[in-house]
Amino acid sequence: MTDTSSTPTTAIRVQHLSFAYRDQRVLDDVSLNVEPGAIFGLLGPNGSGKSTLFRLMATILPIVEGAIEVFGVDVARRPDLVRRLIGVAFQSPSLDGKLTVRENLLHQGHLYGFSGADLKSRIDHVVGTLELGDRLSQMVDELSGGYRRRVELAKCLLHRPRLLLLDEPSTGLDPAVRQDLWKTLEDLRRSAGTTIVVTTHLMDEAESCDRLALLDQGRLVATGSPADLRSSLGGRCLSLGSPDPARLARDIQDRFAIPTQLVGSTVRMESDRGPELLPELLATFDDQLTSVTLARPTLEDVFVARTGHRLDAGAAEEPSSASPRRRRSS
Amino acid sequence: MSAVSDAVDVKKLAEARPALVLPAVSLARRELVRFLRQRTRIVGALGQPLIFWILFGTGLRGSFQAPGGVSFQEYFVPGVAVMIVLFTAIFSTISIIEDRREGFLQGVLVAPVPRLAIVLGKLLGGMLLAVLQAVAFLLIGPLLSLTGLTEPMSTGLTLSNAVPVLLYLGWLGLTLTALGYLIAWPLDSTHGFHAIMSVFLLPMWLLSGAFFPAEGAGWIGWIIRANPLTYGVAGLRRLMVTDGAAVANLPSLPACLVVTGLFGLVCIAAAVALTNRRSAHNVR
Repeated sequence: MTDTSSTPTTAIRVQHLSFAYRDQRVLDDVSLNVEPGAIFGLLGPNGSGKSTLFRLMATILPIVEGAIEVFGVDVARRPDLVRRLIGVAFQSPSLDGKLTVRENLLHQGHLYGFSGADLKSRIDHVVGTLELGDRLSQMVDELSGGYRRRVELAKCLLHRPRLLLLDEPSTGLDPAVRQDLWKTLEDLRRSAGTTIVVTTHLMDEAESCDRLALLDQGRLVATGSPADLRSSLGGRCLSLGSPDPARLARDIQDRFAIPTQLVGSTVRMESDRGPELLPELLATFDDQLTSVTLARPTLEDVFVARTGHRLDAGAAEEPSSASPRRRRSS
Repeated sequence: MSAVSDAVDVKKLAEARPALVLPAVSLARRELVRFLRQRTRIVGALGQPLIFWILFGTGLRGSFQAPGGVSFQEYFVPGVAVMIVLFTAIFSTISIIEDRREGFLQGVLVAPVPRLAIVLGKLLGGMLLAVLQAVAFLLIGPLLSLTGLTEPMSTGLTLSNAVPVLLYLGWLGLTLTALGYLIAWPLDSTHGFHAIMSVFLLPMWLLSGAFFPAEGAGWIGWIIRANPLTYGVAGLRRLMVTDGAAVANLPSLPACLVVTGLFGLVCIAAAVALTNRRSAHNVR
């Protein structure tokens, strides 16, 4: 873990990483690898620890337990080197609203040691890529959320990072802007081979990733491509609504010997025999059923199958948002 | 993509020296631009000391016996200059709290800049604003007698002492901005900063010989002599004084330079150390 000269075939190697805010454990023994040139998604609800993992990768939180290597460089030992390899787009854009778009980009370039003609051509390039040309002299405070996100992205592409980290890039963006953003990310990966890591709690965003890590309550519950994760559940997913789901689950188990799962007021099961099973279920439990859904498994189903609860529901207020004190006071 | 081409040449990466001056200057320039775009800050930093100077100078004219027989208005000049430096430093460092809350700071922290550059940028910005405003006061102050608001007087700033006075104000600016930085860095809200300003920074200025001298002040005299800022104010008095009798009871110029120099170095070093620490506090 201290050997920084090993040949890295991975863009990011996370090993036995744990983290706690004060005494609240938000990451618990997480290990994963990210391939170079991949778009990798960290999927999980609020409080899953994905933002904490993101911040540890981004060098702003101290690594206490476990290790992260970025292209073979140990983040704990050489954050200064890692910072040159990564571009980080935060959920709340790290822009100065009192400066124009151009001033923000110039300033960012200076932080990375660029100046003069070199910096100018870099700015021209990212401005072209992100179609910001007509906004350059506008104050950032006057921009819409979508444009701000684009300026933030332009800012972190200026030094052509090998690894791009994006925290909830789609939050607050309307669907059209979101699509543009993903197109930009795809282009970037294709043209520059940039490795991209995004945190998200959105299904459609997760579907656009090459590989996913599903996080829940600080633990890694699954990794794989969206297709692999979905096919791990078998061909079909059945969700049955019932006024007494516990009883229904018991009855189904007794009668069909199929494993079921209770999620809220529905009974879920995965089976390749879904289509054949459906009429039988309807015939047998008609009086117990309020709704029946038969669908191909989604990532949501994968998440539910692995954790027993839904992605968007329930999870406690994100403890990884650093300082709950500040959140309340602001 | 082969494994080899993906490997980062750590040695080569480590050899490239990170820029220090360019990021620091850029951060400092940002401070100046922001200041000029927020007019109210000029009023706060320059206006209040000026009003204090006019009101106290006129109100205390009869009852105050300054050392060396100068008027209170004249006695008060270096004190107000230091007050302007202090206020400007405070307002510049409050922006650390805003930068953190608005997210700008995280963007700077993940950039490969030496943490020293982050501190220097803030200090240079605060220092430049402080010196510019203090000099503006020293130039405008005497002109107020033309309006009848103050009596005719001299600030003591002349062409011959302008350079040492500027350098000295510059160092004071760095020192006090670093002090403000130390206070602002760990804080979550600007309310906290205002509280510390009222109970710590303002008393520190009041008890620095800026407002009244140490002699004849009773037990407070001892606090004044222990206050590092006393040496900052006294040094400025000694540099600007025309009549030796007015500063006869103050610490000597070498003592002032040594204490002020050390005070500044300690504050700056502490600010760098604080910034170097990675902590959960830095994220939002």
